Amino acid sequence: MASQLPPKPTPQHSTATAGGMAESGHYRPRGLMRWLLTTNHKEIGTLYLLFSLTMFFIGGIFALVVRAELFQPGLQLVQPEFFNQMTTMHGLIMVFGAIMPAFVGLANWMVPLQIGAPDMALPRLNNFSFWLLPVAFLLLLSTLLMPGGGPNFGWTFYAPLSTTYAPPSTSFFILSLHLAGISSILGAINIIATILNLRAPGMRMMDMPLFVWTWLITAFLLIAVMPVLAGVITMMLMDINFGTSFFNAAGGGDPVLFQHLFWFFGHPEVYIMILPAFGIVSAIIPTFSRKRLFGYASMVYATAAIAILSFMVWAHHMFIVGLPLVAELFFMYTTMLIAVPTGVKVFNWVATMFRGSISFEPPMLFALAFVVQFTVGGFSGLMLAIAPADFQYHDTYFVVAHFHYVLVPGALFAILAGAYYWLPKWTGHYPPLRLSQWHFWLSVIGVNLTFFPMHFSGLAGMPRRIPDYALQFADFNLASSLGGFLFGASQLLFVLVIIKCVRGGEKAPAKAWEGAEDLEWSVPSPAPLHTFETPPTFHPREH
Amino acid sequence: MRRLLVWMAGGLTLAALNPMALANGWNMPEGVTALSRDIYSLHMIIFWICVVIGVIVFGAMFYSLFRYRHSRGAKAATFHEHTSVEVIWTAIPLLILVAMAVPATATLKTMYDASEADLDVMVTGQQWRWRYDYLGEDVAFTSNLGTPREQISGTSEKGENYLLEVDEPLVLPVGQKVRLLLTSDDVIHSWWVPDLAVKQDAVPGFVNENWVRIDEPGIYRGQCAELCGRDHGFMPVVVEAVEPERFEEWMAQRKEAAQQEAMSADREWGLDELMARGEQTYGAVCAACHQPDGSGSPPAFPALAGNQALLEEPDRHISTVIDGVAGSAMPAFRNTLSPVEIAAVVTYERNAWGNDAGDSVQPSEIAERLAAQGE
Repeated sequence: MASQLPPKPTPQHSTATAGGMAESGHYRPRGLMRWLLTTNHKEIGTLYLLFSLTMFFIGGIFALVVRAELFQPGLQLVQPEFFNQMTTMHGLIMVFGAIMPAFVGLANWMVPLQIGAPDMALPRLNNFSFWLLPVAFLLLLSTLLMPGGGPNFGWTFYAPLSTTYAPPSTSFFILSLHLAGISSILGAINIIATILNLRAPGMRMMDMPLFVWTWLITAFLLIAVMPVLAGVITMMLMDINFGTSFFNAAGGGDPVLFQHLFWFFGHPEVYIMILPAFGIVSAIIPTFSRKRLFGYASMVYATAAIAILSFMVWAHHMFIVGLPLVAELFFMYTTMLIAVPTGVKVFNWVATMFRGSISFEPPMLFALAFVVQFTVGGFSGLMLAIAPADFQYHDTYFVVAHFHYVLVPGALFAILAGAYYWLPKWTGHYPPLRLSQWHFWLSVIGVNLTFFPMHFSGLAGMPRRIPDYALQFADFNLASSLGGFLFGASQLLFVLVIIKCVRGGEKAPAKAWEGAEDLEWSVPSPAPLHTFETPPTFHPREH
Repeated sequence: MRRLLVWMAGGLTLAALNPMALANGWNMPEGVTALSRDIYSLHMIIFWICVVIGVIVFGAMFYSLFRYRHSRGAKAATFHEHTSVEVIWTAIPLLILVAMAVPATATLKTMYDASEADLDVMVTGQQWRWRYDYLGEDVAFTSNLGTPREQISGTSEKGENYLLEVDEPLVLPVGQKVRLLLTSDDVIHSWWVPDLAVKQDAVPGFVNENWVRIDEPGIYRGQCAELCGRDHGFMPVVVEAVEPERFEEWMAQRKEAAQQEAMSADREWGLDELMARGEQTYGAVCAACHQPDGSGSPPAFPALAGNQALLEEPDRHISTVIDGVAGSAMPAFRNTLSPVEIAAVVTYERNAWGNDAGDSVQPSEIAERLAAQGE
């Protein structure tokens, strides 16, 4: 049953099973060049995480511009042109610049540690995939300063608004998205190569921690759909610059084709942003329940089922575009089916807590909030799946509430949970407890105050992406804006937590959390630069 | 910090109790058609299913969190799988979903049956207005945002129907099945009226179909739901549902007005008359892009004030308005505006904001050009 193992590396130092002095005698550039040239998975992981944090604040500021304008009816701060650029850039930056790189950063750090590998399988490629990102996003942000402004057609950039009617900077937007896409594909290749080839001797696929499993499946999704995105933006580029008419009805093209292609990428993309979150939460809940994850195998199968179904549901984003009845029915049924494996996951987490021995350290707080809030987002997702009702929900703030519940109190909370969980491993110090708790509670209040009222404004009839609104939506928007500013401000506490944790604090042992079981807890805290130069001996637990 | 929290909680409670929020509802409107009520009941069923599942799941979770606390000395059990439980909680949701799919499928089938309509209305989205064309009746008009700019910029008090009012609503008879045929002249728009539970994309190059049978006379308001560029938020839909007799009267009046408009194209128009009419049309149709003062927003929308090409080439000016500019945001107004309106707006653009072409364009010239193009 043991899978094929890589040739055993020759140990350079007889002492270390997990120790790290291997860099001695090995040329190491210092300062900026160290970070530019690094091929170390931990350093690249750190770069990804810091990049993601920066983008999170930039995208957050854009969101706050939107929320400030929507604070009350009327146009006060910005004009509609700029408002549209803000909503668009907020979406693009949060999806491609904050959430995805955060998960890649966590994968870089933790996948080798969790499978007992010395590094990622393709370290130079790893460096390249990271450094594409700052280039891509500088280019994207620079479009805001170009004549005619930056992208203003929404993060879904529907043609022909994004082709015939787009600002001149759109070609730069396309280039930056190409770069980010290449980065994602290369990162995914690296993760798959690492997981399939570099597992510790004796670790079978079904012994891997769930974070590794969910990332393996996510990586396959990325490789499958990123080329579709590349294809669709290339078609846009041709329509804009070379006179083709893929999406231009006047030239015999088809604007609906754009949406099919976009969402064939876009729906798996939204699962790319949630599956690794499932993995993180599936590590944290057992640790702080001091009990093994309930239904490990069904968790793996549910993840795979969600991934496969994600290729068969894309047109539920297009229920009102004028699809034929059979297509509506097909996509309604497949979308409803997704609730089944997703439900299994939630039930398994609850069953893990049932009759456990539960404590509430900061990572657990965020993980528990994830379970509740993600489930709320799942419920509104189930409602949206009902095609006839979607004729009312579609393109309203109800949808905005839904996907933000899945992405912010969902995916982002899981990332924060993961950060709190692994900060002791990264820095050697526990995050300051009081401050972490403040961060948690203010975030929970802020995020729900922001996004819960959006359900109501959407049901009451407020469309999304409007810079001004009718008077009956004023109260909900006021609450959302207050919540948005509270949530945004409380993230500064997170920065403070990280700084304090890096600089000092209570020292963490190798096994920083009492109930933690995976391999990363066998290496010292902070993890030395090089770990597992000699593969560890892995003892699978019986199933 | 604590004071801030108290203040926020207080603010939220006040907001929740605000009578206006309550009056206008927190929920989807039940609406005024049989279909909108079906959709509302589907929405409520799936909502309550979610509530029940939520109570069970979160109940079990919070019970575990309180009951099995480490701080109370809870000892963890060792079980980590249970096949029959896992099969049950896979099967039960599946059954609930099948039960939910049955009524949803039935409603969807009804929504897709637009056959045997009493009246056909073509709805065309344009940046940023709706055009309504009563097919077979020779009645057509555009419907623009009715809210004055001063209310948007905050220099005057906002009215009751702020952003949800138009200059000319779509008038429909109650009790009749009206088929809506939707398309667009430029980008994708989406025609939505919550009380009618009709939301359908208007896609350039496609004609989508939907239908509505309104039960009660009244005014129903909605908005464009698909991001369509700068003034997406300023593109309301207003439907006035009236008794069939009143609808017939209204239709007769519109027809007569349309005939008079067509006849007036034949007579000679004075410069002042054209300028006055042109200012009106410009404000409703052109000002959204080219700005009320003709300054445009380059590079997307060129300035018209002081535009030399425009002043020197009257012929190209006219053809730009009639045929649009391929590959740009400038639409063709051939079918949208009447010959009188085209002549008036061209004259206005040539002589407003310091433009001093001094010439005027006669509606009869435009009518001839259109007739020649038609052949």
